[in-house]
Amino acid sequence: MNGAKIILESLKKEKINKLFGICGGSVIPLFDEIYKDDDIEFILTRHEQAAAHMTDGYSRATGEVGVCVATSGPGATNLVTGLATAYMDSIPMIAITGQVATHLVGNDAFQEADTTGITRPVTKHNYLVTDVKDLASTIKEAFYLARSGRPGPVLIDIPVDIQKGSCKFTYPEKVNIRGYKPKTSGHTKQIKAAVKLINASKKPVVYAGGGVIISKASKELRAFAAKGKLPVTTTLMGTGSYPADSELSLSMLGMHGTYFANHAIQNSDLIVAIGARFDDRVTGRVKDFARGAKIIHIDIDPTSISKIVNADLPIVGDCKIILKKLTKDIETKKRSGWHKQISKWKKEHPISYKKDKKLRPQYIIEQLYEATSGKAIITTEVGQHQMWAEQFYKYNEPGTFLTSGGLGTMGYGFPAAMGAKMGKPKKTIINIAGDGSFQMNIQELATCVINDINVVNVVLNNNYLGMVRQWQELFYDRRYSQVCLGKSHKERVPDFAKVAEAYGAKGITVCKKEEVMPAIKEALKYKTGPVVMDFIIEEEENVYPMVPAGAAIDEILVDMA
Amino acid sequence: MKHTISVQVENKFGVLARISGLFSARGYNINSLAVGETEDPEISRITIVVHGDESVLEQVTKQLNKLPDVIKVKDFLNSDIIKRDLILIKVSANKKVRPEIIEIATIFRAKIVDVAKESITIEVTGDEDKVSAFMDLMRPYKIKEIVRTGVIAIERGGK
Ligand SMILES: Cc1ncc(C[n+]2csc(CCOP(=O)(O)OP(=O)(O)O)c2C)c(N)n1
Ligand SMILES: [Mg+2]
Repeated sequence: MNGAKIILESLKKEKINKLFGICGGSVIPLFDEIYKDDDIEFILTRHEQAAAHMTDGYSRATGEVGVCVATSGPGATNLVTGLATAYMDSIPMIAITGQVATHLVGNDAFQEADTTGITRPVTKHNYLVTDVKDLASTIKEAFYLARSGRPGPVLIDIPVDIQKGSCKFTYPEKVNIRGYKPKTSGHTKQIKAAVKLINASKKPVVYAGGGVIISKASKELRAFAAKGKLPVTTTLMGTGSYPADSELSLSMLGMHGTYFANHAIQNSDLIVAIGARFDDRVTGRVKDFARGAKIIHIDIDPTSISKIVNADLPIVGDCKIILKKLTKDIETKKRSGWHKQISKWKKEHPISYKKDKKLRPQYIIEQLYEATSGKAIITTEVGQHQMWAEQFYKYNEPGTFLTSGGLGTMGYGFPAAMGAKMGKPKKTIINIAGDGSFQMNIQELATCVINDINVVNVVLNNNYLGMVRQWQELFYDRRYSQVCLGKSHKERVPDFAKVAEAYGAKGITVCKKEEVMPAIKEALKYKTGPVVMDFIIEEEENVYPMVPAGAAIDEILVDMA
Repeated sequence: MKHTISVQVENKFGVLARISGLFSARGYNINSLAVGETEDPEISRITIVVHGDESVLEQVTKQLNKLPDVIKVKDFLNSDIIKRDLILIKVSANKKVRPEIIEIATIFRAKIVDVAKESITIEVTGDEDKVSAFMDLMRPYKIKEIVRTGVIAIERGGK
């Protein structure tokens, strides 16, 4: 069997039936096999970055592993942002890149790039295959690494002559990497100690991150919180891991978190961090984070523990397994005093916005929630709209909020939405976008139209790179340096509805508050391809609450002072 | 604090780049790094000397362990070990000072490996302290070049 076919047969063994990407000189043999293959669907994107985000969105929505393909040189370098995005958020995916022929590697050949060198810091692991006999076992290993332990993207670089070479195809049953044995079960003594700390705690807070979603531990988290009456705050990546409409939910913590989550953390006597990594957007000024609390830190990646904040009790393992064990052993408690205090904070400063006649982004997202009964999968780009999407849509299930949390990649949301739709075709998929970010992968409207991928883009068009403008307004004396996207305040560029129509998509422009609900309903009725809704919102709306950079998280601005 | 870390890795292409990349990306400083094959040709050993407090070392060790190509990491801080560093040092030496230099070298059990008209090259092996002490004594004679392997280390006893 030739190498190219070995690649496809190996992928099928891993239950892959879709690929995203773009062809090129050094992957022609692979594409020739794709041409002959009836079982593999190929989604030809318009940019490799988008292919990587689509794969990532597919993985996040399904909990499985997506695969993207690119040619050598520029094809591979275009994947880098997508790989880095997936790496920061621990998303399992596989990237296959073509490489110049083995005898040319290192010669600055046409379209040669040191792909394994360039992607080393943004992948969990990568390979350059130099013998066709290693191909199947390398692919097996790559999938194993991508999925297991703390998941992440893995890249396989395959020179064109290896794709053409041939050998007998046998797909290994097992993988054995002697330097890689993730610990999953958690140390019994540590778990016992954690139970003791939790039982003794009067003011505990659970701080849940993306790890809970990755390990599919939402059910276990609910049971754990319910038994101990433990309030739960989630990170941006943990959104959906715990139901937002639960009484115990504190919503998000950190820079744009809720007043009550941040105050609960700061007044707590015990933080139970689960699958979270104390990102600086969460902790604010580190030395003041959770000042009076002991910290239990549960994570499958030992490097996350005591990296930023010292853990009093580390437990290395899979959240799902450890949560089950903890739930079995902790005492049933009421903790009414603590909950009374939290209710008070919730009443004092709920998440809110100005309700007037103007078209405000928060209102649009509330209406989206209404119209979809909270059942859609939401993806986002990066900026103010991303924070509003987290704050004003309520996520009750894992895998329903897909966002670039760690890297903060503008251009992520639209292709991720497409990937999510490919993985979950029955779901309503909505990309909440900014006018800046949407333009970073707007060309995928073509891919979407051609493949009839039904996603709704909600562009919250404020005519600005709004998040940066907000910082300039608040901390740089309103010096708006290079953040206006339009020709002027009157003339926004482009007309997104017209762009949509040019691609053959549906375009809708909304300028008034009363038009919002009818327009959303119209968009949700449209089932044949992509929709672009252009909401002309207030230019200078800000995201609140906000913790200024470098402040402690209870030094929180709840609105314009 | 200076730590000597011994890392067993798969003897594969790209492994050294992964390890040095890890150090540079996270801003850890390497004092020295020495690589070589072990008794098992599929395994290489990298001996790294690194500066840092306890928390830095904890991260370094964890990060190294996280790499799939890394088989075993050992920080020798609390172990009884034998450390060796080898230097080749070329010193300006005319006829007049040559005997003095040779005398110092003899005391250090160093080897004269090359003698030219205006210079002399010496090989010294030992732990870092011995090697540094020797270099200090050579400084007055004008050192032309120093080449150094970096520390390698092995545990004492039957283990
Ligand atoms: C690829 C990339 N470039 C730059 C940034 C920095 N950045 C963060 S938010 C932002 C503005 C985003 O503007 P827009 O998409 O219109 O969203 P808004 O904040 O206005 O809702 C920028 C430029 C980024 N996150 N990603
Ligand atoms: Mg904007």
